[in-house]
Amino acid sequence: MNDEAHPHLLEVHGLTKFFPVKRGVIPVSVGQVHAVDNVSFTLKRGETLGLVGESGCGKSTVGKTLLRLIRPTEGSVIFEGRDIVRMNRRELRALRRDVQIIFQDPFESLNSRHTVRKILSEPFIIHKRGLNAERKQTEKLARKEDAKQQKKLSPKAEREKKVYELLNRVGLDESAANRYPHEFSGGQRQRIGIARAIALKPKLIVCDEAVSALDVSVQSQIVNLLLDLQKEMDLALIFIAHDLAVVKHVSDKIAVMYLGNIVETSTSENIYLAPRHPYTQALISAIPIADPTRRPDRIILKGDVPSPIQPPEGCRFHTRCRYAQPRCSEEAPPLEQASARGNVACFFWNNLKLPQTQTQDVVST
Amino acid sequence: MSLLEVQNLSVSFDTDEATVEVLDNVVFQLAKGETLGVVGESGCGKSVTSLAIMGLLPKPAGRVTGGQIIFGGDNLLSYRPEQMRSIRGRKISMIFQEPMTALNPVQRVGRQLMESLQLHRPETSKDEQLKISVELLDRVGIPEPRQRLTEYPHQLSGGMRQRVMIAMALIHVPDILIADEPTTALDVTIQAQILELIAELQRENGMAVIFITHDLAVIAEIADRVVVMYAGRVAEEATALELFAQPLHPYTQGLLDSIPSLVGIPKTQLKTIRGMVPSFANMPSGCRFRNRCERAQQLCATEVPKYFDAKDARSVACHFWQDSVEQVQ
Repeated sequence: MNDEAHPHLLEVHGLTKFFPVKRGVIPVSVGQVHAVDNVSFTLKRGETLGLVGESGCGKSTVGKTLLRLIRPTEGSVIFEGRDIVRMNRRELRALRRDVQIIFQDPFESLNSRHTVRKILSEPFIIHKRGLNAERKQTEKLARKEDAKQQKKLSPKAEREKKVYELLNRVGLDESAANRYPHEFSGGQRQRIGIARAIALKPKLIVCDEAVSALDVSVQSQIVNLLLDLQKEMDLALIFIAHDLAVVKHVSDKIAVMYLGNIVETSTSENIYLAPRHPYTQALISAIPIADPTRRPDRIILKGDVPSPIQPPEGCRFHTRCRYAQPRCSEEAPPLEQASARGNVACFFWNNLKLPQTQTQDVVST
Repeated sequence: MSLLEVQNLSVSFDTDEATVEVLDNVVFQLAKGETLGVVGESGCGKSVTSLAIMGLLPKPAGRVTGGQIIFGGDNLLSYRPEQMRSIRGRKISMIFQEPMTALNPVQRVGRQLMESLQLHRPETSKDEQLKISVELLDRVGIPEPRQRLTEYPHQLSGGMRQRVMIAMALIHVPDILIADEPTTALDVTIQAQILELIAELQRENGMAVIFITHDLAVIAEIADRVVVMYAGRVAEEATALELFAQPLHPYTQGLLDSIPSLVGIPKTQLKTIRGMVPSFANMPSGCRFRNRCERAQQLCATEVPKYFDAKDARSVACHFWQDSVEQVQ
């Protein structure tokens, strides 16, 4: 399991998740929600992949299948050479030491009846890492360095120490340990959620809209904390959000999703400078800019995202695409390489104008 | 002449522990046909301000403790409830962040629209009401309006529900439309649609809009003038162009700096405002921003900064606003 054998920490191939739609008194499956359809990507150690897209595009479902909180219908999720999809319960438990998740609303993911001390002690208890809470290598090191000191501490005292370390690391006061989640503000609660996620020194954290509910001034604090922790712990991050400016700021590379498909991948710089897929272009042109002197040429998309129960045939975006041709409704475009580090799923990406030249009056029907 | 004048408005709320002053001497004007952006973070009082204008403060917990709201030469605060009812929905309409909570989930969209019509235009017949409803939905860009009238709110998407709310607000073209975070729950492409719709309706009808949001980028997009609020007070007011070019209040500066930029370098540290918004129970003395302010001095703790007419018809509540000007120069 060393780095040479697996250059990628995470490899996702053909990930697909259909949710059955059930109706009736005796529920009978009447259809399927195509939440995620044939999604593939890779992630290296210490790297951040941003997943962006609008409500219902399947970005959160992707995030949850990475921890197998949802079991995919098809495809494989290879973490350090092992397929998460085929793991048994014991293997899964071990996996969740390495892969953690932070949710949008920590209030819902933190037990409101537990003190912060209890919440932050639990990872160590569950993974039986009271006394030797560090990973094996650091454990050896620690034993050499201050073996005597380590032995003096009881498992409980050791855990206590860890909790304080965690609280300090995420910028909270030690007195926070005795308080309950409801006593904190949104930003502080998110810090607790982050502290719990990093408790066992994971290698990958899925951030599912982790900063979306926060006020701007707090959001920037939490973004900085995540960037710090990533550097310090060589963490890989999957950053799921609908706010493209934030995603762009934290990510190395970005995948844009629409109705369960990845329509474009690129580096986070290029996706703004040279978006190639018509959906990415529309999405980026829709972002308001905090500068009244700059007015982007806005591409206003008509209508809403179609239902994922009966996604459009062919290219799923063709119903709202201003460049759509007859071919787009018959055949699904594959994700093909468009530049050194970018892929795009559109038959005509090569013939499209870049958004600088776009005007507002062109609207699809 | 201003269409609406909010003069030294103060509002208190009774909580279990104490009475907290959630608005303290809020001042602003709204001119005919203009868009005023009110921006600030959670708990700054921006929504309470709009509820006070509408006469919809939760009772008995909330009450106005001072000031005036002048509209059409009258102080709205002196109006009796039935007088307020003739203002609401006719002269001043409001749309909210989550239309799902403003729409009745067990009534069809058509019935709700026609109920408002019956209330506001009782002279119309059922057939006319149906016709107007279809026209209104069509006007706000809802496809197949006749079909939508027979649907329930949950069958519509978030963007469609917000369009229904806007349609209801347009039964009488109001003088003022108050939009309280109307696009916050929507995706960016849908947000762009709704902002475009509001701007279009405004051009057509010449109504004034008070647009309340936490999103400075949206403000930059639609507002003519901006009021920045912090902890129940107005921090500063300026035209959108001036505010974004040269914010005078350190809070506004901090807010603008905290936004990740689309053209910035990825994975660099963002600027932040240290600490967090104080709770109303524990407001610092003097300037309420001083605990988070890098410019704070002794004076800030002892004296509430007056709301200065700083320069070029701009106002700011900071003892040391002039430092901002020097900073730039």
